[in-house]
Amino acid sequence: MDKQTILNVHETMLVIRKFEERALNLFETNKLRGSVHLSIGQEAVAATVGAYLRDEDYITSTHRGHGHAIAKGARADRAMAELMGKVTGYCGGRGGSMHIADVDKGNLGANAIVGGGIPHAAGAALSAKMRGTDQVAVTFFGDGASNEGIFHETLNMASIWKLPVIFICENNLYGMTTNVERVTSVKDIAVRGAAYDIPGVVVDGNDVFSVEKAFKKALKRAKAGDGPTLIEAKTYRWKGHWTGDPEMYRSRDEVSSWKEKCPILRLEAHMIENQLLTEEQIRTKHQEIDQLIDEAERFALESPEPDPSTVLDNVFDEGDQ
Amino acid sequence: MSKKKYAVAIRDVIAEEMRSDERVFVMGEDIGALGGVFGCTRGLQKEFGTLRVLDTPISESGFVGIGIGAALTGMRPVIDFMYLDFVYVAMDQLLNQAAKLRYMYGGRASLPLVIRGQQGVGRGNAGTHSQSIEAFFTHIPGFKVVMPSNAYDAAGLLRTAIRENNPVMFIEHKALYIQTEEVPDDPDFMIPFGQAAVKRSGSDATIVATSLMVSRALEAAERLAEEGIEVEVIDPRTLIPFDIDTVITSVKKTGRALVVHEAHKNNGPGSEIASQIMEKGFRYLDAPVARLGAKACTLPFSLVLENAVVPSVEDIIQSVHEICYH
Repeated sequence: MDKQTILNVHETMLVIRKFEERALNLFETNKLRGSVHLSIGQEAVAATVGAYLRDEDYITSTHRGHGHAIAKGARADRAMAELMGKVTGYCGGRGGSMHIADVDKGNLGANAIVGGGIPHAAGAALSAKMRGTDQVAVTFFGDGASNEGIFHETLNMASIWKLPVIFICENNLYGMTTNVERVTSVKDIAVRGAAYDIPGVVVDGNDVFSVEKAFKKALKRAKAGDGPTLIEAKTYRWKGHWTGDPEMYRSRDEVSSWKEKCPILRLEAHMIENQLLTEEQIRTKHQEIDQLIDEAERFALESPEPDPSTVLDNVFDEGDQ
Repeated sequence: MSKKKYAVAIRDVIAEEMRSDERVFVMGEDIGALGGVFGCTRGLQKEFGTLRVLDTPISESGFVGIGIGAALTGMRPVIDFMYLDFVYVAMDQLLNQAAKLRYMYGGRASLPLVIRGQQGVGRGNAGTHSQSIEAFFTHIPGFKVVMPSNAYDAAGLLRTAIRENNPVMFIEHKALYIQTEEVPDDPDFMIPFGQAAVKRSGSDATIVATSLMVSRALEAAERLAEEGIEVEVIDPRTLIPFDIDTVITSVKKTGRALVVHEAHKNNGPGSEIASQIMEKGFRYLDAPVARLGAKACTLPFSLVLENAVVPSVEDIIQSVHEICYH
């Protein structure tokens, strides 16, 4: 990874982390409601993948999708506004935290049905193949989604049609409150690729370089027309499944052991060691992002609510094809 | 004009649209070499190749999802469902995804997606291959719902569906595939959605009938005419959008209305249509609006039993007698 990419990935991770910390704070102070699923601790996957995608490439995401959206170019202010259901949000307040989409920027949407977005990425890849472009599609999903039928259906079709799609499973060890081992037939979800003749790779999801290595290879394979790759990024969500989760299903020791593997601190240690940034410069970067998030919060709070008279808008597209 | 079977009219429109718009493609089970179980894609793979006439594995949920992804990114998929009963396998992708994405994304996406296939009775296919599925798609906002009752309408409505920027549930009927009619040769022949067809005019009672029931309603009307009851028969052609104005105009004249469909009567589309007639035309009514639909049981295998479940010409005649107080 070149220096500029490292700096970009670092910045993206900071924006995701601080965006979500702020969202949690706003939720706890009743300025934001609904379901807010946080990916704090998992930022390396989204940020690294995002760094290697172009605007014209596609992603689909999950209910835990703020990080993916930001990594694909979403602005913090409009994303925060969507979390508050404001008219300036990405979906004009119609989608909320679990459905942020920005189709023009290749974000085909977060999806609140587990596994729901996986085939959409394969469809975008099919579309790219039909239109003869070199676009690729990436779908992020969790360990839980790998037990959904649609995951298996999509892998099969992506394989037989050699679609330029990359399946990225963020295995954060829990589907809601259920430990992945209790409900999954295999230790590594990546091995499921073999059933569909798709290469499956396990990576350290808290290490940007580990993600980078596998993703670049997958990208090369997709663009060469050789078909999909399944990447399983082992990672961990620091927060509960949802805001207010009592987290009876895991120990504090387990959580703190994963916090020691913080992907941001790890990258920062690397940056200092390799003299990419000084500690002082890193502190400044943090302050810069804090400011960005302050502005995002202000923008969202000050944005108007949607007009109830528009509630029936956009059920259908009334325009010409 | 050319005389065409309903199935051929459908095949021809798909082919013409694929010729004129390279974004249009077809996917589904057994559509390539076989040309579909009912011949609606016959010859297409030969002309357009295996990518644009894409044979899928038996993965309904997955290939609807893939169609959605393609539609979101500039393509115009036409998904062949063989038996529409199989939509239940793909309900999440259809009703949670296709129907909702545009709305949930604040209107910043369009889904030009046609789901087409056949449903209904007539071949003794039993409970999982003979039912009528339209009510589900009229209940959840986001789908246009189309039910052509003849080859002419099938051609005009399918072209509109393929050129439409929204998900369309295009509901054909297995017993109508051999129905033959003059179909315009014009490659831009379209029938707008939300425009009912008055199939027969009459002054004594209005029958609103869909799909296969249109022909039964017309047959009942002929026989009722022999006893002096003149029935107006209206085929709404699309349930979403629904042309209530044409129905109310008719009821204003007749004062009586019967809704006939093959879907289950309980909470069927007729429940909605009857309610709308009462909401908008109560003052014109001389009798309660009547409904006929399949009985509240699974469609049975035996043809004798199947015939007992869905409305017959005799059922329609009897129902008209009732609303006319005969």
